[in-house]
Amino acid sequence: MNLIVCLKVTPKIEQIKFDEQKKTIVREGVENEINDADKNALEAALKLRDSQGGKVVVLSMGPPSFEPFLKLAVAMGADDAVLLSDRGFGGADTFATSRVLAAGIEKLKPFDAVFCGEASSDGSTEQVPPSIAGWLGIPHVSYVSEVAVSGDKLRAKREITDGHEVVDVRPPVLASVQLGCNSPRFPDFRRKRWAEKEFKVRVMNMQDLGFAPGDVGLEGSRTEVTGLSRMRSPERKNEFVEGTEEEVARRLVQIVKG
Amino acid sequence: MVNTGGVFVFIEQTDGVLEDASLEVLGKGREIADRLGVTVTAAVLGEGVGGLAEQVAHRGAHAVLAGDSPLLKDFTAEAYTDVVASMVKTRDPEMLLIGATHNGTALAGMLAIRLGTGLMAHVVDLEIEQGTGMLLGSVPGFGGSIVAVCKCKKGRPQMATVRPGVFTAPAATGQGGAVEPFAVGLKPEDVRCQVIERTVQHGASVSKAQRVVVAGLGCKDDLSLPKKLADVAGSAYGVSRPLADKGMAPKNLVIGSTGSSLNAKLAVVVGVSGAAHFTSGLRNVETVVAINSDPNAEIFKHADYCVVGDARKIVPRMISELEGSGGTGA
Ligand SMILES: Cc1cc2nc3c(=O)[nH]c(=O)nc-3n(C[C@H](O)[C@H](O)[C@H](O)COP(=O)(O)OP(=O)(O)OC[C@H]3O[C@@H](n4cnc5c(N)ncnc54)[C@H](O)[C@@H]3O)c2cc1C
Ligand SMILES: Nc1ncnc2c1ncn2[C@@H]1O[C@H](COP(=O)(O)O)[C@@H](O)[C@H]1O
Repeated sequence: MNLIVCLKVTPKIEQIKFDEQKKTIVREGVENEINDADKNALEAALKLRDSQGGKVVVLSMGPPSFEPFLKLAVAMGADDAVLLSDRGFGGADTFATSRVLAAGIEKLKPFDAVFCGEASSDGSTEQVPPSIAGWLGIPHVSYVSEVAVSGDKLRAKREITDGHEVVDVRPPVLASVQLGCNSPRFPDFRRKRWAEKEFKVRVMNMQDLGFAPGDVGLEGSRTEVTGLSRMRSPERKNEFVEGTEEEVARRLVQIVKG
Repeated sequence: MVNTGGVFVFIEQTDGVLEDASLEVLGKGREIADRLGVTVTAAVLGEGVGGLAEQVAHRGAHAVLAGDSPLLKDFTAEAYTDVVASMVKTRDPEMLLIGATHNGTALAGMLAIRLGTGLMAHVVDLEIEQGTGMLLGSVPGFGGSIVAVCKCKKGRPQMATVRPGVFTAPAATGQGGAVEPFAVGLKPEDVRCQVIERTVQHGASVSKAQRVVVAGLGCKDDLSLPKKLADVAGSAYGVSRPLADKGMAPKNLVIGSTGSSLNAKLAVVVGVSGAAHFTSGLRNVETVVAINSDPNAEIFKHADYCVVGDARKIVPRMISELEGSGGTGA
């Protein structure tokens, strides 16, 4: 099976600060990581490849600084990695992001399934996966926790409000995978060294994907941000309750009883 | 009042039960329409949905389009996108609102591309911009710690999915809008996804509870203590998301950006680190007590009473203290 995993590199959100004066997000010095849910998406794809044969390609849209994370995905077991990178892709909303990723996926045809994470930890719109499926004109199954082959179809378990469903779908299909539904494997030590030293990430830009200026990025977006604000957290007392365990428990019980 | 240029609301149903989130959005959609002097059209899709469409008509919609077909019996993103897109094109609405449930989110993302328009995700508030009459959506990011006010600069309709629980569903009224059957042009081959089975257990949400005990991964693999504490304290019980992901608690008990927001007087949070995706669910809690073995845990910044210690030692003492004193009287 030919499988593609859309993998985003996200900032560790607990390190993000907000500049109250300028009303902007301060990203300087913030570490990046592979988006949590995308590790689950990668693991789901790798499992399917391991049982069915075929290839897993990881695909990302972002700056050149994403490359080491794509190599990390290769060290985890992906067979190939493609980075869609161009200054013209910057400032994209979900409309423009999904358009670029869909164009990248078109270049990787034929494929059986595209895996995404359920959400990115920073944007968390959950809109990029169904939008990619919209551009590609293929079915989308969301909140998938298990995937298996069933005849000429894929069978997936997905979550819905207060429950779950089992669905059958004929490839090609796009599945967004639930955060935490599996345990992503660790990178293989030797493969990691090889990926870092010898593996080359394939990079594609606007021209490679056939976009004209204005098609994508900020200009190709359909939404705009008019202002940012920090969500007001309520004032908290932050009082540390101290003493023996018994004293602490007694105090807490008083608080609980109100 | 005009029929085009109005507000369009997608109403979700599963096995004949209307989604609360959809009715909440319908209420907000009506409020916006009244302000702009336009109408609200609602869409209900499924098999045999005539009765449901009537119910929706009594919840503030001026008109309800009923898309009835065996091919729409189960929600599948592609088929639903096809039908809703053609409904939207006949009405030419200015705004299109959808509840941000799992299915609503899947529909909205595909529909926005089909309609070539902008989409604001999981908004926690909607307003009308002075002067332009455009829709402004408050879109949470970074786990809900930062909010971006957005608008749809290009394409129509302006689309938004709305986080469940932020608006209130209107009560049913005697007066109802007109239900109009909508001819569904789907062919069997358009439905490439088949639902084989579905299990739904409607669980009560913890969002309305007055007191809640919330357990996190720090409770290790034994949730009996926090559960017991909830019991003897007459509290509801909730969890951080990883516990639900591990199958140790049902999903409807998750607190945070992908679960419920609490509105309790008191929450006792045990063994939770305090990630932004979690703490955004505590914002409306009056008093937060946190127990964590790590003195530097982030959760303490979000707590009124902070206890540094081992939950396995403190929680049992709280339980016996409460049992000894005959509970809380609640
Ligand atoms: C897109 C996205 C959406 C998310 N949505 C949600 C959401 O809605 N809700 C949610 O909860 N999470 C959500 N998360 C996950 C979130 O980021 C955190 O990973 C999660 O909240 C951590 O759960 P935890 O605090 O239980 O576990 P951990 O972070 O592992 O924390 C466990 C804590 O227990 C403490 N501890 C350990 N032993 C003891 C002991 N004996 N006694 C007392 N304390 C102890 C530790 O010091 C630690 O602070 C989301 C993540 C993403 C990327
Ligand atoms: N820039 C990107 N590159 C690759 N994949 C992405 C990108 N942005 C979003 N995705 C995919 O879409 C999923 C949902 O992201 P979002 O819609 O931002 O919540 C992620 O988990 C990724 O799988």
